[in-house]
Amino acid sequence: MLGALIIVFREVIEAGLIVGIVLAATRGVAGRGRFVAYGVIAGIVGACLVAAFAGTISRAFEGSGQELFNATVLGIAVVMLMWHNAWMARHGREIAADMRRLGDDVSAGHRSLAALAIVVGLAVLREGSEVVLFLYGILMAGTSVTATVAGSVLGIAAGAAFSALTYFGLLAIPTRYVFTATSWLIALLAAGMAAQAVQYVNAAGYWLMLGETAWDTSWLLSEQSLIGRLLHTLIGYMEQPTELQIVVYLATLAVMAILMRVARPAPREKRAAA
Amino acid sequence: MRMSLPLLALAAGLALGAPMTAAADDDDAIIITIKDHKFVPPEVKVPANKRLIVTVVNDDPTPEEFESKSLRVEKVIGGKSQGAVRIGPLKPGRYGFFGEFHEATAQGAVIAE
Repeated sequence: MLGALIIVFREVIEAGLIVGIVLAATRGVAGRGRFVAYGVIAGIVGACLVAAFAGTISRAFEGSGQELFNATVLGIAVVMLMWHNAWMARHGREIAADMRRLGDDVSAGHRSLAALAIVVGLAVLREGSEVVLFLYGILMAGTSVTATVAGSVLGIAAGAAFSALTYFGLLAIPTRYVFTATSWLIALLAAGMAAQAVQYVNAAGYWLMLGETAWDTSWLLSEQSLIGRLLHTLIGYMEQPTELQIVVYLATLAVMAILMRVARPAPREKRAAA
Repeated sequence: MRMSLPLLALAAGLALGAPMTAAADDDDAIIITIKDHKFVPPEVKVPANKRLIVTVVNDDPTPEEFESKSLRVEKVIGGKSQGAVRIGPLKPGRYGFFGEFHEATAQGAVIAE
């Protein structure tokens, strides 16, 4: 039971942190609950499919299918997060000032929500497929079904509680700062995902440049500790990143900053609206 | 390459243990087998400063996730299946790895020299 609890908890908080950030980032946008719920459900269905076809995926592309699949999933999530942040740079202030003013732009709001729902779905898919494979394994090994289910349910509950803490913690930030805070969190989340994606590409046998370990902070904070894991998910903490991962991390942040700057409405426009 | 006695025994064990899975065209074929949620052999010596392909053979019926922070690897290996993991070039040293689904028993290391 403990094994199921630990693994399920671990994976649920990883996906849950992302759900918490997305919910906080979309505060005030109509229909966000529905979109996030669709994302979670699609993610769970996807996780089962990925787990069921794990062998096929692995064998694809001369045995590099799993790595390329993970890199693609992370890459799509990065693009969606960039889109959302650019959209938010344009509309965040209006939402914070007055939700109703967004009325004529509901469809654009839904496009951004769809982008974030995809991010949620992909996060659940990635972490969920590990849970499914793990649970399948321990059930197959003859662990009692009751104990496994009990452990999983406790793991999900604990993970969900932790995610709720993230969400309410972010909500405690005053309204006028919350979008700035969540935009930063999303930028760091995207940079971390991009750095992970590039390592999967490397593991698949491509992009072999700058493969040296840039530094080793495992003595300071192990990536296997709870805080290490949380920071890995949140900001892409890696105890031994390669130089390429650092470059990609910084490049993602730079692209994100440029996109947000370009998308931001001209200051005069806002003055006039207020 | 100097072959120590334990290493010879290890190589022999590997040859006997998994004759069908070795990549015969490569002198540096490295095979790690998962059996009863443990790695066999638990420690593998590999040449430093070279890009390597490690074949992880899962002899258990259950899936395992082969993972290492220092090797920057995370790969699910299905039950009764195998997968290739690309690592390196490694500086001389010890690089731990583990099976995420059975962390209590599945612990191993690659020693680059």
